[in-house]
Amino acid sequence: MSVRTLPLLFLNLGGEMLYILDQRLRAQNIPGDKARKVLNDIIMTMFNRKFMEELFKPQELYSKKALRTIYDRLAHASIMRLNQASMDKLYDLMTMAFKYQVLLCPRPKDVLLVTFNHLDAIKGFIQDSPTILHQVDETFRQLTEVYGAISAGEFQLIRQTLLLFFQDLHIRVSIFLKDRVQNSNGRFVLPVSGPVPWGTEVPGLIRMFNSKGEEVKKIEFKHGGNYVTAHKEGSFELYGDRVLKLGTNMYSVSRPVETHMSGASKNLASRTQESIAPNPLAKEELNFLARLMGGMEIKKPSGPEPGFRLNLFTTDEEEEHAALSRPEELSYEVINIQATQDQQQNEELARIMGELQITEQPRQSTTKGDDLLAMMDEL
Amino acid sequence: MVAADSEGPKDPGIRMFRRERSIPLQGSAAALCNNLSVLQLPARNLTLFGVVHGPSAQVLSAAPDGVPLAQRQLHVKEGAGVSAPHITQVHWCVLPFRVLLVLTSHRGIQMYESDGSIMVYWHALDSGDAPSVQAVFARGIAASGHFICVGTWSGRVLVFDIPAKGPNIVLSEELAGHQTPITDIATEPAQGQDGVADMVTADDSGSLCVWRSGPEFTLLTRIPGFGVPCSSVQLWQGIVAAGYGNGQVHLYEATTGTLNIQINAHARAICALNLAPEVGKLLSAAEDTFVHIWKLSRSPQNGCIEVEHCHSECVSDTQVCGAQFCDPSGSSFAVTGYDLTEILRFGSV
Repeated sequence: MSVRTLPLLFLNLGGEMLYILDQRLRAQNIPGDKARKVLNDIIMTMFNRKFMEELFKPQELYSKKALRTIYDRLAHASIMRLNQASMDKLYDLMTMAFKYQVLLCPRPKDVLLVTFNHLDAIKGFIQDSPTILHQVDETFRQLTEVYGAISAGEFQLIRQTLLLFFQDLHIRVSIFLKDRVQNSNGRFVLPVSGPVPWGTEVPGLIRMFNSKGEEVKKIEFKHGGNYVTAHKEGSFELYGDRVLKLGTNMYSVSRPVETHMSGASKNLASRTQESIAPNPLAKEELNFLARLMGGMEIKKPSGPEPGFRLNLFTTDEEEEHAALSRPEELSYEVINIQATQDQQQNEELARIMGELQITEQPRQSTTKGDDLLAMMDEL
Repeated sequence: MVAADSEGPKDPGIRMFRRERSIPLQGSAAALCNNLSVLQLPARNLTLFGVVHGPSAQVLSAAPDGVPLAQRQLHVKEGAGVSAPHITQVHWCVLPFRVLLVLTSHRGIQMYESDGSIMVYWHALDSGDAPSVQAVFARGIAASGHFICVGTWSGRVLVFDIPAKGPNIVLSEELAGHQTPITDIATEPAQGQDGVADMVTADDSGSLCVWRSGPEFTLLTRIPGFGVPCSSVQLWQGIVAAGYGNGQVHLYEATTGTLNIQINAHARAICALNLAPEVGKLLSAAEDTFVHIWKLSRSPQNGCIEVEHCHSECVSDTQVCGAQFCDPSGSSFAVTGYDLTEILRFGSV
């Protein structure tokens, strides 16, 4: 499949992650300066120059496991931490949102406009940090350089590659169900009305030409849809009206983000194969990850910065229940980096992991009481 | 799910369709173009279906009423590397003395006996001179007389000479007519000539080439593209039908390459075209969830190509990725859609 897909996948999923975190930080009343720090730290890590360099190299898409591990690290790039259940939910929301956006793109090339929508919003989060702003603009320039020259055919392949990645994912998202963009069976609604893609004509016309190329007859037929002409093409410039709404923040009106675990997926075969991937492959993925993590450098904070826990659910009980009741086939297996046998690689990875960990917190969640006390200490 | 025809009862040949029994799939269909192949075996009261899931493809047989009988999964040979290589297309090739099932992927070309039970030939793609940004794959499959033609990422079309039986398949020629990846290939027996076929090949830039088969294939006509991929192509009585990424269907005169008809058929990229050659019915399916059926003909006065819209079918909330007629008179068709774990069947009332 296309070797140009990873940057688009990573940036758009990252963008969705930031939308969701931003909404939850506000919903949980995390103090403004802490919330801003979290978003700033994550964005700074995402757009790190070395990281971006690695990302933009032509390569196949990472496995779902490897990608999930990266976002796990990214979400923990600052003083915030998430329990497993919240991280799972965050990832579910991110992936379903981007799947929806890819599916509904009018033209395959419009996935670039979706990416630009995400970047535009990210710039809004970091308005007061010129260094990070510059990094994002730099990524923008790189995107334009790489994807500006790509043909419609190659964009079609990129679209197919993305859809392959999202195949068989049918998690029901409450905000999608409410807005009627998703059916109760988890499938997205594909409207047959509205503007046609830029460069497409409204269906319903048959034109006949003679051997000299002159039009000799026009016939209309009933297409069945209710389409209108597109009035404007979205802008691919650094600044401009993207026209397309896909990829903009749908959480800005604060609405609770729930997911329903649609565990009744009929075809577990494809997912089961993913999670029992043979070990020899894991080493390849670890190599990729190691290189990527090498680019994810974080500056250690100067003083002791008290962390806090973000909950993607409305209550702690909900989060605990979600952790216990998550269907087996939807469990994300984060790569256990300690599992490698290569001693040198192990040391290198350990060093990188050490740099990334801000606080030495155990993987198990602390008791509810401790969390609340910790948060109260910060007030 | 029944959609009324626009033209009404004035043409008795026009029918209405209704949903029939679906055939369940083991794996959902991938979002590829031309992602359904149908082999009609009326003598055995069977129809075979082939659908690509991703790293695997499924071939299955069904009774006339849609009851599934047997199924088999096929995989890409030699899956080396980090991720499993993906299949691009699966297609039955009907040759004079045998039927072969061909599978193209990002590794190469596999040919099986028609039920997929035995692999008779494997051709690995040579990615030697491909730049690292270029995806390497085979795509586009058609039988042309006793040849099987397969397209590649480079635009080259590989011509394989197939013996009447056995695995002694030989790559006999590489056709150079395209500069961008091949999307689809279609063939039909040449007009008034025995044992010779005409062939049309299409690519990602929308360019088409019309060829005549033979010990050496000859390029007859070249039809330039307009920057939009031509995802699917068909050939019938010297008429080239081409479906494009901008939702248009074009009908060209194969001998001259002249555009005779331009149809604004769909609101999204077309993913499949298919023909019922007995009656000149053309089926177009696209990502806009619609399947349309058209009637092709030639004017008795001047021989010009004519087309008439017969039927439109909306497959709700489904990004269609494959569609094929299931009988030579075009009275039934089958549809696959991205993420769908069944083959939808439609029959006329």
